[in-house]
Amino acid sequence: MNQFLTLTVGGIASGAVYAALGLSLVIIFRATRVVNFAQPALALLSTYLAFTVSQATGSYWLGFLVAIVGGAVLGAASDRLLIRPARAHGELGSVIVTLGFLLVAQAVSGMIWTSEPRSFGYAFDFRGLFSAANVFAVVAVLVTAGAVLLLFKATPLGLRMRAAAFAPEAASLVGVRVGLMVTVGAMLAAAVGALAGLLAVPPLLYPTVLDGIFVYALTAAVVGGLDNPIGTVVAGFTVGIGLSYVSGYLGPELVTLASLAVLVLVLSLRPNGLFGRGLARRV
Amino acid sequence: MLELSTVVTTYGAVRAVDGVSLSAPAGALTAVLGANGAGKTSLLRTISGLVAPRSGSIRFDDTEIAGVAPDRVARMGLGHVPEHGGVITELTVRENLRLGALHRRDKADRAVALGEVLDLFPPLASRLSAQASTLSGGERQMLAIGRALMGRPRMLLLDEPSLGLAPMVTAQIMRVLRNLRADRGLTVLLVEQNARSALSVAEHAYVLALGRVVVDAPAHAITAEALHDVYLGAR
Amino acid sequence: MSLLVRHLLLALLALAAVVTLSLVVDPFTNVRIATVGYYLVAVAGLTLLTGTNGQISLGHGAFMFIGAYTVALLVIHVPGFPFWLDLLLAAFAAGLAGALTGAAAARLHGPYLAGATLALAVGLPALTQRFPDALGGSNGLAFTVHSLPAGLAVPQTRWQAWVVWTTALLVLVLLANVTRGRFGRILRAVRDDEVSAALAGIHIGRTKILAFLLSATCGGLAGGLQAFLLGTAAPGSFTLALSLSLLAAMVLGGVGSLWGAFWGALALVYVPVWANDLTHGLDLGTDVAQHLPLAVFGVVLVAVVLVFPRGIHGTVTRLVSAIRKKESHEKNP
Repeated sequence: MNQFLTLTVGGIASGAVYAALGLSLVIIFRATRVVNFAQPALALLSTYLAFTVSQATGSYWLGFLVAIVGGAVLGAASDRLLIRPARAHGELGSVIVTLGFLLVAQAVSGMIWTSEPRSFGYAFDFRGLFSAANVFAVVAVLVTAGAVLLLFKATPLGLRMRAAAFAPEAASLVGVRVGLMVTVGAMLAAAVGALAGLLAVPPLLYPTVLDGIFVYALTAAVVGGLDNPIGTVVAGFTVGIGLSYVSGYLGPELVTLASLAVLVLVLSLRPNGLFGRGLARRV
Repeated sequence: MLELSTVVTTYGAVRAVDGVSLSAPAGALTAVLGANGAGKTSLLRTISGLVAPRSGSIRFDDTEIAGVAPDRVARMGLGHVPEHGGVITELTVRENLRLGALHRRDKADRAVALGEVLDLFPPLASRLSAQASTLSGGERQMLAIGRALMGRPRMLLLDEPSLGLAPMVTAQIMRVLRNLRADRGLTVLLVEQNARSALSVAEHAYVLALGRVVVDAPAHAITAEALHDVYLGAR
Repeated sequence: MSLLVRHLLLALLALAAVVTLSLVVDPFTNVRIATVGYYLVAVAGLTLLTGTNGQISLGHGAFMFIGAYTVALLVIHVPGFPFWLDLLLAAFAAGLAGALTGAAAARLHGPYLAGATLALAVGLPALTQRFPDALGGSNGLAFTVHSLPAGLAVPQTRWQAWVVWTTALLVLVLLANVTRGRFGRILRAVRDDEVSAALAGIHIGRTKILAFLLSATCGGLAGGLQAFLLGTAAPGSFTLALSLSLLAAMVLGGVGSLWGAFWGALALVYVPVWANDLTHGLDLGTDVAQHLPLAVFGVVLVAVVLVFPRGIHGTVTRLVSAIRKKESHEKNP
């Protein structure tokens, strides 16, 4: 029973991370209709940024802030320089370009900071079952998800972003700067991704640290539906708990394969995710 | 208010708009007629900026707008209601309408504008929270026009608002357009296949065929024979 | 002359060229020649799946992993088997995995398929940690292969290059025949328009699974040859970066082209060499040296999509046909 509780609580904390990275995938998908494999790359670079700043200034929170802001800037840059030009080359082209960016980001991280695992601290005390670090992770993600939802549903900016994503031509005819909205979406997605990275990485930071987590986040986004933020957040926590059980009862090495199994199972039954609305837009 | 001078728009090798010159005076309702494929939609898309013209000049209130991005053109006061309305089906009716007003700075006026649009199109008032995808064809067209009006445009471009609509709904919409012109002095450029209903509300009309203007006359002077020739190909 | 005979003759010529080359270069270069050989097999398999059949797979490294470990396990536990049997079984095991993957992925497309295969690439090597005793954990398995026929006095590296390239050329002949023929047309039909292909009577699911099977078989063969060459099979060789590098090689060489697979394989071997020389020349340190090849492949992926969509082979073909056109214009003004 004790193990069950530990696994569940640990699963919720991990789930928060998957929900956050999954949410970032959903935000960028809604804005650009591209599954952006570069999101984990942006998260990784943001986290390394935080590492450098924290090391230089001794302050975790300053590093945290720089990571979020820096991530947003990187997101805008990658959207303008990579994603947008790649759109003209079709779905396959867009996927390949983002994969290229992933490779470059991992390699550059290795060049600048070496492949050696670096110690990266938790925001708060991580000891104990209901540790401050775990609580912070869950609260931070829920607050962020809530804020993003509020932004989309209740603000003029959010309305413009949704209009630009659903119907770019019609939106431009009523004065919406569609290009700008897409870039804002990319910045938001990258900022949320940076948060995911900061929560996921402790205790050790190295260039391939987010590979597995990306798989779980992608599973969450797919299960929840690539254009459904609430579904993805819920799926993130569910996947976190489920995989925690797999890790505890079957072995930690099988977690990625279990995630793959879930991904394949869900997609085989519902090719657009459990709650998704499809990659092709309804007219 | 709107002056086009030898505008040419090409899609690859196709000259969809082949040297069109027309003028839509302020406060008037000008019709652009023609059969399918005559270039009417391409013409509107060129004016509003969705497509850049190959050559020619488009002057809106003495400002050159040829090749200007559509969102800028909209903010200048030129509203375009595209073919089928362009209603965003994933948003609610209220959200669609709000969207139309967002580019204006005067926030207080947004509520006033909404009230006016709902007066013009009463069916929308009871469907404000509904998703736009659940609206009928006529309601969608009303929503599309209402959304464009929320931005308080000085001129409205309408692309075949009667398409697929029952005659009664079409008449209703034409009545609204006529009243808008009379009450607010709204300038309208109306593109229509349905010549009769368009001519009943227009002062002046142009008829397009294969991307060119073949008839340029006051609405009352356009005869059934002339239209017959153009639509069925005698010219 | 039938297509098959022509391909076989070409392959024989190529083999002769490789053998001649192997006689004159040093052992180190022979290892590199062999490496190009097995990468060629891997990339050729990938280009069949992604280029000809349109199924984007980020999991090719996983099939190489299966091939390598199958060979390693067979050599260690069943030393009686001749080496060609080990290779065959490695190819078979990977092919089976490929068929399973293809079946599971038959309803997936585009980014979803990419995501699923990515999960496979990341997740499969983790099995070595789950079963550390059988699979050797992080250190992997080490073994020696005795494949040199008795009485043949050839240096090890040269022999290895011959074995790898004979296998590679056989595979290429097979693939070339398959892609030029009816099955190739079916693959392309499914890639271009599934609905039309189905209406034409093509069984979509079966085609896709078969494509995965063939592609994975090549991957497994490549992995087995790598194990043969290195004498080890370790999880560190089969990272996500490997799968992405194979993708980069395919895209650089030219998607869907077997010649492109050759250019891609060359790049996979020589870009790290050049990167290494570059960093030593500029004195940039081991961290840069270690990661520069991956950065280059990443840039290649981006650059090829944005600037050279047809890759090396495509650009070369275009140049050649442009020159031919010019010549014929000059001859017939």
